[in-house]
Amino acid sequence: MRGPGRWAVVLALAVLAVVMLFPFAIVAINAVKSPAEYSSQGPLSLPDGLYWQGIVDFWNRVEFGTKLWNSFVISASVSVLAVVLSVLNAYALGIGRVKGRLSILVVFLVANTLPQESLAYPLYYLAKAAGLYDTRLSVIIVMTAIQAAFGTYLLSAVLGRFPKEILEAAAIDGAGRLRSLVRIVVPISRPTLSVLLIFFFIWTWNEFFLPLILLVSNDTQTVPVALGVLQGERYMDATMSSASALLGVVPAIAFFLIFQRTLTRGVTVGAVK
Amino acid sequence: MRKRTRGYWLYLVPSLLLFLAVIVVPFLMNVGVSFTRWSGVGTPRWIGLDNYTRLLGDERFWESFQHNVGLIVAMAVVPTALGLVLAAALFDYVGRRFGPRTASAMRAAYYLPQVLPVAIAGVVWGWMLHPSYGAVNQILGLELDWLGDPDLALATVMAVMVWFQLGYPVVIFMAGLQRTDPSYREAAEIDGASWWRTFWHVTIPQIRPEIFVVLLTCTIAALKVFGPIFVLTRGGPGNATMVPSYFSYLNFFQKSNVGYGSAIATVLALVIVVVTFLFLRVQEREP
Repeated sequence: MRGPGRWAVVLALAVLAVVMLFPFAIVAINAVKSPAEYSSQGPLSLPDGLYWQGIVDFWNRVEFGTKLWNSFVISASVSVLAVVLSVLNAYALGIGRVKGRLSILVVFLVANTLPQESLAYPLYYLAKAAGLYDTRLSVIIVMTAIQAAFGTYLLSAVLGRFPKEILEAAAIDGAGRLRSLVRIVVPISRPTLSVLLIFFFIWTWNEFFLPLILLVSNDTQTVPVALGVLQGERYMDATMSSASALLGVVPAIAFFLIFQRTLTRGVTVGAVK
Repeated sequence: MRKRTRGYWLYLVPSLLLFLAVIVVPFLMNVGVSFTRWSGVGTPRWIGLDNYTRLLGDERFWESFQHNVGLIVAMAVVPTALGLVLAAALFDYVGRRFGPRTASAMRAAYYLPQVLPVAIAGVVWGWMLHPSYGAVNQILGLELDWLGDPDLALATVMAVMVWFQLGYPVVIFMAGLQRTDPSYREAAEIDGASWWRTFWHVTIPQIRPEIFVVLLTCTIAALKVFGPIFVLTRGGPGNATMVPSYFSYLNFFQKSNVGYGSAIATVLALVIVVVTFLFLRVQEREP
């Protein structure tokens, strides 16, 4: 394809890219617009100046700092705990090759595919019975199990290809199993583990259904739950809505930018091995 | 040797206990409750298969699964088809003639919605689609109630989900193309095959494994979809966007029909397990 055809393809792809990015742009320009300007100019005009009051008001009203902290505490705890559990499981399944490992892997995989709806009410009920309802700990426990199910499945395959000679050499040198795991397996698999850690963090941050059910009060809710519930109730005006959207979007894009390099590096390292 | 493998079991113990408490026991409880009438307080009353027979005659239940089919189209079929074309065009065409940087910038643009929590995507679109102050009506010069009109609501939610989902197949397929040997595609081109023919007969077969993974994961995601429905429409107007997950949530937490909700959730789990199994069977049979 040459001449006009070549440009037509690129133009179509570029137009699509603009369409995909348009919602982000329109959220950003309207979040810094005053309500008066919004009602007179509408959502499409560029703002005259930067009006931060809408965002500040919304931030204070939903106690956004608390929500950010809740999301962070939950996501960070889950990602660390789930990686630890995944490593322990994968060590037993991938390197230890314990009996019945295939059926155990299938159980982990099924656990990962089950809809959360089929666990939701009993989890809600049990959390209440255990006095954990409406605590961040309840979400941490539940999400750790769910993420570890996936992590075990993935990591078992990776550790299944772990060079046995290294471990045998360590065993001859007198290293115990736990020592081999901590001193050899974990350091060598670190690129994969850090990718897993980041995925768990982002997935947990983005989680909506179970946190919605387990967290009801202002002090415990996460960012997506608090903003999602507010939007669902539809009593927000235009500028509040766009402030809400912006505050929800910014952390997600920040993670994307921060983690992008680690993710690609981790993936390529994994591929070279 | 026996003694050597036995010790590894210890490493599984923490997860097995956690799994028992968080996944196995709750799932069995859910199945158990689905055979009872229960409001969430007091003692559940055993009613056998009554909830399931009621489901079969419940129009809302059937409608909710029909809407799921629509969402599978929006979240799995359309993004996969479109993603294939986009990935191939970016990889073969933009990447080669305009440099890999242009290609990866475009890929990032398509992928950006995927980094959002799906509930936040709902917040963004709920605002853009607002009938009186939303940007969409302003741009198109329309006054449609996108999410409030029963004839439009499902199509609108579907469009939002295409926007949300598209980046995932593009990224996976481009990675797949990187893995494959480009000489086949180049050979086909030299032999005078058109771009479309090369795409259909060479490119698609080359990344078949990726296509399977994307179709499977997106179909499961579509069957489970909850967040966007909760945020955008709450299943309404009427039942226009009701899906099984939201239908069960409604019975659990708003109508206090916990037994009925559990039956819906159990059926949904069964559907998902069967779909997964079928996909894997088909994949195994592929050469």
